Amino acid sequence: MSTLTREPTTVAGGVGTSAPRPDGVLKVSGEFAYSSDLWADEMLWGATVRSPHPSAEIRAVDITGALAVPGVYAVLTAADVPGAKRYGLEIVDQPVLAVDEVRYEGEPVALVAADHPETARRAAARIKVEYAVRAPVTDPEEALSRGDLVRHVPVHRFASAGGDALTADVVVTGTYEVGMQDQAFLGPESGLAVPAEDGGIDLFVATQWLHVDQKQVAACLALAPEQVRLRLAGVGGAFGAREDLSMQVHASLLALHTGKPVKMVYGREESFFGHVHRHPARLEYEHGADRTGKLVYVKARIVLDGGAYTSSTPAVVANAATLGVGPYDVPTVVVDAYGVYTNNPPCGAMRGFGAVQACFAYESQMDKLAAAIGVDPVEVRRRNAMTTGSVMPTGQIVSGPAPVEELLSLVRDRPLPPEATGDPRERPGGVANTTRGEGVVRGVGYAIGIKNVCFSEGFDDFSTARVRLSVLGGEPAVLVHTAAAEVGQGLVTVQAQIARTELGVSQVTVATADTSVGSAGSSSASRQTYMTGGAVRAACQAVRATVLERTGRADALSLVDGKVVASDGSVVASLVELLGEGDVEETVEWRHKPTMPLDPVTGQGDAHVQYAFAAHRAVVDVDTELGLVRVVEIATAQDVGKAVNPQAVVGQIQGGTAQGLGLAVMEEIQVVDGVIRNPSFTDYLIPTILDMPPMEVDVLERGDPDAPYGLRGVGEPPTISSTPAVVAAIRAATGLALTRVPVRPDHIALAP
Amino acid sequence: MRVTCVVNGETRQADDVWPGESLLYVLRERLGLPGAKNACEQGECGSCTVYLDGLPVCACLVAAGQADGRTITTVEGLAPGTGEEQLDRVQRAFLATGAVQCGFCTPGLIVAVHDLLARDPAPTDPDIREALAGNLCRCTGYEKIMEAVRLAATS
Repeated sequence: MSTLTREPTTVAGGVGTSAPRPDGVLKVSGEFAYSSDLWADEMLWGATVRSPHPSAEIRAVDITGALAVPGVYAVLTAADVPGAKRYGLEIVDQPVLAVDEVRYEGEPVALVAADHPETARRAAARIKVEYAVRAPVTDPEEALSRGDLVRHVPVHRFASAGGDALTADVVVTGTYEVGMQDQAFLGPESGLAVPAEDGGIDLFVATQWLHVDQKQVAACLALAPEQVRLRLAGVGGAFGAREDLSMQVHASLLALHTGKPVKMVYGREESFFGHVHRHPARLEYEHGADRTGKLVYVKARIVLDGGAYTSSTPAVVANAATLGVGPYDVPTVVVDAYGVYTNNPPCGAMRGFGAVQACFAYESQMDKLAAAIGVDPVEVRRRNAMTTGSVMPTGQIVSGPAPVEELLSLVRDRPLPPEATGDPRERPGGVANTTRGEGVVRGVGYAIGIKNVCFSEGFDDFSTARVRLSVLGGEPAVLVHTAAAEVGQGLVTVQAQIARTELGVSQVTVATADTSVGSAGSSSASRQTYMTGGAVRAACQAVRATVLERTGRADALSLVDGKVVASDGSVVASLVELLGEGDVEETVEWRHKPTMPLDPVTGQGDAHVQYAFAAHRAVVDVDTELGLVRVVEIATAQDVGKAVNPQAVVGQIQGGTAQGLGLAVMEEIQVVDGVIRNPSFTDYLIPTILDMPPMEVDVLERGDPDAPYGLRGVGEPPTISSTPAVVAAIRAATGLALTRVPVRPDHIALAP
Repeated sequence: MRVTCVVNGETRQADDVWPGESLLYVLRERLGLPGAKNACEQGECGSCTVYLDGLPVCACLVAAGQADGRTITTVEGLAPGTGEEQLDRVQRAFLATGAVQCGFCTPGLIVAVHDLLARDPAPTDPDIREALAGNLCRCTGYEKIMEAVRLAATS
């Protein structure tokens, strides 16, 4: 069930409607071509040799055994990388193939191309790598003391000049831990590299940002960027895991060496080593408040384990620091967030990064504060809720809508779900029939979170759109072309909706994203509807202006249903007539308002573009004897500014909430001494349909005047607060402190 | 080895099949039917669900040789014809409810729901959840998949 308040729209399939996905029919009929579905004549298969050790010197690599396998076409090591030996999103530090050492388990060391995937795997197993194993650094605190720092972001703000002593009537403290979560997209890392006649490469891949891949791949291959042409293949989910390169350079290297198309498809186990994960974190918090619960100060120290290479750790640290007190007014803030290098798996982008870890800690603290002053958890949050005009710990003023109190009220005021029916499938333990209701206690918990939308800290964040208006079969038609990655979120749908609204034309095609058009930036940071939506709108407006010029009339004109209409409503001309002079095409590069870097000492600065908010209420049944949790219902309220596609918005909220539930009670990559112990869907558990409860959603539309159509990024906020809401509900049922996620059965059943 | 089977109503033959190949690999890489998906290849995610002699199976767990002489229906074979109007009611319901995001789980789920509704035309919510417990979806949180099944059951 969803409730939406939105203004009526006059354009069928336009902005504000639940227009259907243009790729939907292909997806339900099995004909949509994902990156693992591609095929070419004479195609070879690539395989990767990976380090079994989290830290080792490489003494020697003997490839002769692999080369002797019939059907093998190439075996490559670091020496065969013609260009840059390393790549990276911002810091270039990750080897394409290991150079003299490996720094995490699963680091790629060598590549094989063969005529069958099994031949490639068997040949890979015959490559002998001589390692001198070193003791891995796996404790982030040890890494910090050794100086293996990626970034320290201090955010220090004081209510009065000269700094304040951190004292208050009520002080609550806590130390919290967040485990390493995997994005667990279903479509594995995969793609097809085809050598081109110009010596370059055509690369068909699933990624989040074609142009940042292009830049890195070209550098490693020692090619000009225009010789590396990327086209987006079907993407089976992303959630941050496709921000960094995986098989892109590897398949291209093999294709260039063999002169044949090379396909690489990771299996699920390899996928756990093939992408970065969510940073595990340790968070120490101290909240000071007056006797009414009004916050006086928050002090926090956050340590995020970045693993072996940099990836997007610098931005994750900045998010944790700048969003570290949550959507609350806090006069004095002393937050220090650190990202460190270890020999654990590299960590980087995952939905809500930085904000997810902090939210678990600050919302746990808010519940502690509520208990300390004797008010209910929603009330203590309402007393501190930020509003429009509030000042962030960075000194940035929250200029857009910030309906924090309203979102909390919405989830609180929803009717609670009924008691369990007695169907054993609706009890903790489910069909395992582990209880008949004895020992089962219900709990309710709340949380709210904050997330920045778009790229921050002065990054030159833009998107490019090319829009062409022409006549097809006697009807006006629009072609929208961007490089923005559709990863499942519905961006292709939204682009077409915007074109319909802006140009009054129903027939809109969105071209497959590729690098023949300018960069759209990443499908990350909840930014694409804002950024590429903004670019498509701007390009459509430019097209409209050109078309209207052709009428030679100055009276305010608009485009409606394929016609040019004057301000008095009369039809001036049909688009088909005006387009007789030729097609109209415009390309626009569009930017959001600029942001500023953070002051490196104080963490002050207008670093973020937009803030987004979601609140959750979770209801759980806990079998307190066995420690089994069943989430009974989750209610979410989120402000989306403008629901450009209401059905897709609700889908994002529910899907994001599910990933937060996973982190709360199920999902953790278990790393012991730098080694992943559970790289499979047998042992890394993501929520099934039995684990997910009904999800009630309230969508608020408080338009942001700075954003296209007033919209607000949607994808990340629901992932942020669902985790602490579920844990708060378990605490309410059990009375336990539960300072670590995911909460495991033994945390409950074996609690002292 | 040679594998011959009836796939989506047509007799199909694959030659030079390595005995270690799965039915999933033969369908995807040898018979040009990539609809069944390769998300885990260990029977945990259900994205490769197809009918084998009328029963839903994970194609990744069926050895290619086991499929010899059998009848297989994949997601590509559920609709009686091509085009949106010809889609099966389950496929239409997934589209109408927004149950498709990235879509990687969709083919397997559609086969699983098709099978559920053939066995039980009016499943309760707990029945639906139990029947689909072997199909992972990472995008939707399953709410819209529940809506799709309820809609398909009544259409």
